[in-house]
Amino acid sequence: MSGKANKVVVLPCSGIGKVYGAIARETTYELMERVRPGVVVTTCLPLLVIEDPDAKQLVTDNPVITIDGCPKSCAQKSVEAQGVKPARTYQAIGFYKAHKELKPAGIAELDENGRKLAALAADELAQVVDQLAGGGQE
Amino acid sequence: MALEVLKVGVVSCSGEAIPGGTVSRIACRKVLDERPGETVTICLPLFIAGGKEERDFASKYPTITVDGCEKRCAQRSTETLSGKPSKSLLVPEILKTHGIDPPTSLRNLRPEEKAATQVVAEEIARAVDEILEG
Repeated sequence: MSGKANKVVVLPCSGIGKVYGAIARETTYELMERVRPGVVVTTCLPLLVIEDPDAKQLVTDNPVITIDGCPKSCAQKSVEAQGVKPARTYQAIGFYKAHKELKPAGIAELDENGRKLAALAADELAQVVDQLAGGGQE
Repeated sequence: MALEVLKVGVVSCSGEAIPGGTVSRIACRKVLDERPGETVTICLPLFIAGGKEERDFASKYPTITVDGCEKRCAQRSTETLSGKPSKSLLVPEILKTHGIDPPTSLRNLRPEEKAATQVVAEEIARAVDEILEG
């Protein structure tokens, strides 16, 4: 993808087995709904697994940030399987390592620490989103 | 002699972009937490991102797929990349059967929306029982 972008696609881990998958998802929702609404969009990661044409178009036409919940890096690899290199890749555990006072818990529903950690992570990713949305370096 | 089924695999669509995905995810997690000795899961994208072990999931475990929308990513991915599911559930169909309005929230489901996750969890648990009872 090249040129000026308006949207930034954030793709979180799809996992339901680990807390950091939930952190990845919550961070994405924070970006979409509070931090950069109208700029950050997402799609269902499993749509890439079935090679849905609309999902594939979305990640091909816009810069992509992946946030994974474990080292298996499904989000990153699912994008790469479409022949697309994510503009940025993150591991959600990195957010915790940067804020060790907020140890998260919960998978289906995050606890208060988890929600705070995701909100902080989204705030910290805002600058990256702005750079990519403005057509900055990928 | 029939082989004893020890655990049932549950594969959620997990769709992050649709409320049905959230219902699927929470309902599957509920069943996994309540039936830890009888159920196991795999992250759907691992069928692509993982290796042979992950792709063998549906041949190792009788599998229930739970999809949040008609695109049926969980069912189609499992069929294509792992093996034929034993049962395929669809959240909108389950909710329609029970006369429950589909949730509209992606996260922080409202109390009335949480009823949807309970109903779907019960359907998954019923499907688990059916498989375990042969």
